[in-house]
Amino acid sequence: MKLRRLPLNVAALGVLVVSVFPVYWMVVTAFKPTRDIQADTPQFLPLHPTLDHFRTAVGADGFALFWRNSLLVSATAVVLALAVALLAAFAVARMRWRGRKAFILMVFVAQMAPWEALLIPMFIIARDTGMLDKLSMLTLIYFIVTLPFTIVTLRGFLAAIPPELEEAAQMDGAGRAVAFRRVVLPLLAPGLMSTSLFGFIIAWNEFAFANALIIKNQDDRTLPVWLSSFSNVFGTDWGATMAAASLFMVPVLLVFLVLQRRVTTGFIAGAVKG
Amino acid sequence: MASEAPQPPGNLLSAGISVPSGRRRPGAGEPSHPDAGDTGGRDPSAAARPSGVNPRRRRSGRGAARTIAGAWPYLLVLPTVVGTAYLLFYPLLRSVVISFQHFRTGELIRGGAAFVGLENYQDVLGSAEFWTVVRRTLVWTAVNVVLIMVISTLTALMIARLGRRMRLAVMSGLVLTWATPVLAATTVFQWLFQSRLGVVNWALVSLGFDSFDGFSWFANGQATFAIMVLLIVWQSVPFAALTLYAGLTTIPAELYESARIDGAGAWQIFRGVTFPMLRPLFGLITSLEVIWVFKCFAQIWAITRGGPDDATTTLPVYAFQVAQSLHKYDLGSAISTLTVLILLVVLVAHLRRMYKHEGEGL
Repeated sequence: MKLRRLPLNVAALGVLVVSVFPVYWMVVTAFKPTRDIQADTPQFLPLHPTLDHFRTAVGADGFALFWRNSLLVSATAVVLALAVALLAAFAVARMRWRGRKAFILMVFVAQMAPWEALLIPMFIIARDTGMLDKLSMLTLIYFIVTLPFTIVTLRGFLAAIPPELEEAAQMDGAGRAVAFRRVVLPLLAPGLMSTSLFGFIIAWNEFAFANALIIKNQDDRTLPVWLSSFSNVFGTDWGATMAAASLFMVPVLLVFLVLQRRVTTGFIAGAVKG
Repeated sequence: MASEAPQPPGNLLSAGISVPSGRRRPGAGEPSHPDAGDTGGRDPSAAARPSGVNPRRRRSGRGAARTIAGAWPYLLVLPTVVGTAYLLFYPLLRSVVISFQHFRTGELIRGGAAFVGLENYQDVLGSAEFWTVVRRTLVWTAVNVVLIMVISTLTALMIARLGRRMRLAVMSGLVLTWATPVLAATTVFQWLFQSRLGVVNWALVSLGFDSFDGFSWFANGQATFAIMVLLIVWQSVPFAALTLYAGLTTIPAELYESARIDGAGAWQIFRGVTFPMLRPLFGLITSLEVIWVFKCFAQIWAITRGGPDDATTTLPVYAFQVAQSLHKYDLGSAISTLTVLILLVVLVAHLRRMYKHEGEGL
């Protein structure tokens, strides 16, 4: 029995190593002193761990600023998307109205919108309206990119809450808004949480628009764009580059840890359902 | 999907119950259910609303009662509609319009672009470069998607057969890969394949491939293309594999057992049981991967900007190059429009199926 499973486990180990090694190598490099990084034979364990590279990365020109920019843009976009999506999801999940199907179709189309094809018109519109090089433009774009997915996911969570609960509260004399706040919102909280965190990741990782729309005002860059030009910042200092990349990944990893089991279902609801 | 099925009786029920709740103040800024808002006749403008707002309520025959409540859903979706119109449909339209104009740096600064009909499209379609890029994009998509689907399927089947602890380890590893931000991944891959200190070259030399000593991967077109494929596959497999595995767990074990009793081998079981059961999921994931790979931009731009020698210039990268580096916004827009059209042709079957399934369910 054990022997029969051997090839299977070897294959599993192979998949595990291939999927984990690049991330492992990033973190290990970040912790190794430069002398070890440049050794002729790579050292697979950080034998002389150091925080030097993290100090270099954090102390690099603008790092704190770009970290703040990324956080600000992503968080604002997500809060905005959540507020707008909650209204729309409620209308779709709980109400019957003419145009509902057309609206749903619009959300699906928006969800599959070829965002990459909008780089040029967004650049031109931003330029015409004086929004070029502005974080507010990026915020608006991340809002609209995450909005359709947020509506679809929230609508799914809302539909899972039986309307009878609200109706019972309303029978007891509560208004519809009160019933929603007291009964539905607490039940919806985990859904809101995971949806917003996924939206946050999308905004946090976004590169194409940040790269195309922040051109002259370098202070308004976000982390991904800054990271993409690491060779300008760190030259051939791979330790610092890997430290910066690791720090960039930390928030995303935290989100995944918080969500754990919801990761798969959430992504499937968000990605597969449209 | 099925969650909507019990809705009609539920609504009729609530229509009956909600009459007493109508004493609630109207228009108090609360989202109101059309069935709950018994505020009839208090808002004169409401009478102007089309009477067909809610067919079910019309049947209830409470006349003007439905009218103000009927406006609520429209108010609720208004921010979404306005936002999508201005930030998605307007830019899309603008892109199409620009593709029919002469729009270069001068027009960008001064405005007043002139329409030139199909000139830009003639330019683009007439250039050999464009068709080279189209061919490259199709090859890029095909190679990536085939690799992703084959590896994901094998990985999913493997996970299903693993012991509990190993399964948890592999799935955690896949989730970690999944969680890696695109830009962190591009940075790491550049480090892995670095010519002098990169661990890949070291490993290849150690295995006896001495020609890889100091090999500059990113100076060679084919090598760079291979690295990009590797990166995309590495990033995409976790989603596909975990989703397929989730699908595998829904197949009843009896089906496998009866197939085995009939003497079917592993391949026959996959062809006869697994694949037919998961066909919709396979279709869905394949379509999604086609979309993602086809319009992939960030990875390519961050690592190669389309180089070396255009070896990694796919359509989205090409459009951006033409617009941003050459300031030919008109040609760039034409290329973008054509890109979307090509993708639509590739995916038309998927779109139709999705609207049929999801549109009914919602």
